[in-house]
Amino acid sequence: MSVRRVMGIETEFGISNPRDSQANPMLLSSQVVNAYANKLMPNRIKRMRWDYDVESPLRDARGYDMSRAEADPSQLTDDDYGLANLVLFNGARFYVDHAHPEYSSPEVTNPWDAALWDSAGDRIIERSARYASTLTGELITVYKNNTDGKGVSYGTHENYQVDRAVPFSDLVKFLTPFFVTRCLFSGAGRVGLGQEGIEPGFQISQRADFFEAEVGLETTLRRPIINTRDEPHADPDLFRRLHVIIGDANMSQRATYLKMGTTAIVLSMIEAGFLKIDFELYDAVTSMHLVSHDIDLVTKQRLRDGNEMSALEIQKHYQRSAADYLVHIGNQDPMTSDVVANWGRVLHALETDKMSLANEVDWITKLSVMNGYRNRDQMLWSDPRLAAIDIQYADLRPEKGLGRVLQQKGKLELLFSEEEIERAINEPPVDTRAYFRGKCMEKFETEVAAASWDSLIFDIGEHTTLKRVTLPDAVGGTKAMTESLIAQSRDASQLLAAIAPAHGVA
Amino acid sequence: MTEREFARGGSERDQSEDVSLPQAASSHLDVSDLLDEIDLVLEENAEEFVKGFVQKGGQ
Repeated sequence: MSVRRVMGIETEFGISNPRDSQANPMLLSSQVVNAYANKLMPNRIKRMRWDYDVESPLRDARGYDMSRAEADPSQLTDDDYGLANLVLFNGARFYVDHAHPEYSSPEVTNPWDAALWDSAGDRIIERSARYASTLTGELITVYKNNTDGKGVSYGTHENYQVDRAVPFSDLVKFLTPFFVTRCLFSGAGRVGLGQEGIEPGFQISQRADFFEAEVGLETTLRRPIINTRDEPHADPDLFRRLHVIIGDANMSQRATYLKMGTTAIVLSMIEAGFLKIDFELYDAVTSMHLVSHDIDLVTKQRLRDGNEMSALEIQKHYQRSAADYLVHIGNQDPMTSDVVANWGRVLHALETDKMSLANEVDWITKLSVMNGYRNRDQMLWSDPRLAAIDIQYADLRPEKGLGRVLQQKGKLELLFSEEEIERAINEPPVDTRAYFRGKCMEKFETEVAAASWDSLIFDIGEHTTLKRVTLPDAVGGTKAMTESLIAQSRDASQLLAAIAPAHGVA
Repeated sequence: MTEREFARGGSERDQSEDVSLPQAASSHLDVSDLLDEIDLVLEENAEEFVKGFVQKGGQ
C-alpha cells in the first residue's frame, strides 16, 4: 500500500590497521565489537549468545510469547565462542561476521527510520573503532564501502518483509530490471572496472561487478541479483523476508532513504498486482555491469524482444508506475508521496544535469571531487590518489572520512540532526519488536543470556533457569504493547512472571 | 499527517516540534574551494595506503 513495511539494513564494514596491513581482520573486528561492549555495556553477560534455535512459537496478540519448553543451556555453549556478538540497546545486532564487523539495524517500519538507524550504526562502529584503538594502542579504522578494489567484496544487505502470497517468480520478474538500474541513485561510486579493478575508470556501483548470476542462494560467491534466502523471522505462512544483496553502502542518508523507499513501493505494487512491465532484460548480469560502467548514462540495455532501453528509461517506467499507483490507491501517506516525488526529481536531474545531484547521490559526489582533482592535477583514472579518495570517502572518522567531511561542510546533505542520530544510537524504534529487545537489553542486561531477531533468552538464576521469550511478529513487542510491562518489572523474573500466566506457563 | 510531519516516520516523536523537510539543494558541488581542504585530509602516501587496504571476502 505504501513505502511502510518492516525493513532493515545489515552492513559489513571494511576494517584495517593502516600501520599494519598484515593485521588479522577477524581479530580487529572482535576488538572493535568488544571495545563497544566493554565501554558501554559493562554489565552484560560476558558470553552472551546469538540464539540460533528458535522454537515454533505460541502466538500472542501482544507480540511476544513464551515457548512451553525452556531453553536447554547446552544450546548456548561454545559454537561461536570468541566471536563477539552484541545486541544493543537500540535493538540492533553488532557482531563479527567472518572478517568484518557487522551492524544489523533494528527492524523499522519505514525508509526514513531505516536511514536513521543505519546512520546510528555508522556512529556506533566509528566510536567502537576509536575505543578499540585506544585500548590496543593500535590504529583501527572502519570503512562503509563494499570492496577493497582488489577483487574482494563484502555486503550491505537490505531486508524487506513481503507478503508470502506473491509468487517468487513475480519477485524475480518485476524486481530484476529495477535492481539492475537502481544504482543510478543509490550507487556509491568506484574507481576501477572489473572485480579486481584492473581496468582504469570510474563506475557507478561498488558492488555491480561482483554479481554473476540472476537468481540463487549464494551470498559469497556467484552472487545473484535476486537472493533466495528465506528465513522470514516471522510467520512463514504470511511472510517472506526478501534479502537484497545487490546494494551499495551509502554515505548519503538521502540515498539510503530513497533506496529503501523506492524498493518498498515497488514491492507494494507487486503485492497489489498493479505493476506491469512489458520488457525483460536479455542478460541481466551483463546489463548490471554495463549500467554501472555507464557514468554518461547513454548505454542501451538489450531486451529479450530485441528492443533496447536505457537504465534511465527503465527507472522512469518504475517511477511513473509508482506515481500512477499512488493515484490509484488514493494515497494519503506523506512519506510515500515524498519518496515517489523525490524519485521523479532525481531521475529528471540525472537526465538533465546529473552533476546537480552531487550533494545527495554518492557516486556523483565522489565523481565531482575526483573530477576536481583530475582537472587541477591532471590525474588519470589509474592514479593511486584517486583510488585513495575512493577508500577515504567511506572512512567513518569525522576528521579523515571524505564523506563525513563533506557532510560537515554542508556539501553532502544530512537528513538527520546529531540529536536524532544520538537518540537512535541509544533508543530502539518504538513500533517493532526491536523496542522490546532493546529495552530488555537495557533494563535486564545482566539477565539476558542470548537473543535473536525473534527471541530473548533470560538467565534468571534459579533452578534450571534459562527461559526463552519468542517474538514471532516483527510489529509486536512495540512500545505501546510492552512499555508498562517492562516498567513494572524490577527484574527478568518479574517480567517473565507477568508474561507467563497468559500462556499457562508457571 | 502533513508533508512536514512525515519525517517523524513510524517513530513516536514530539508532535509539536517543527521539523522542516530537508531541502535538496540544486547547486553543483563547488570543489575548487574544497580541494585545498581535502588535500589536508588525504593520506600522504596514496600508493602505500591503497596497497595496504586489503580486505577478506564477505557476503
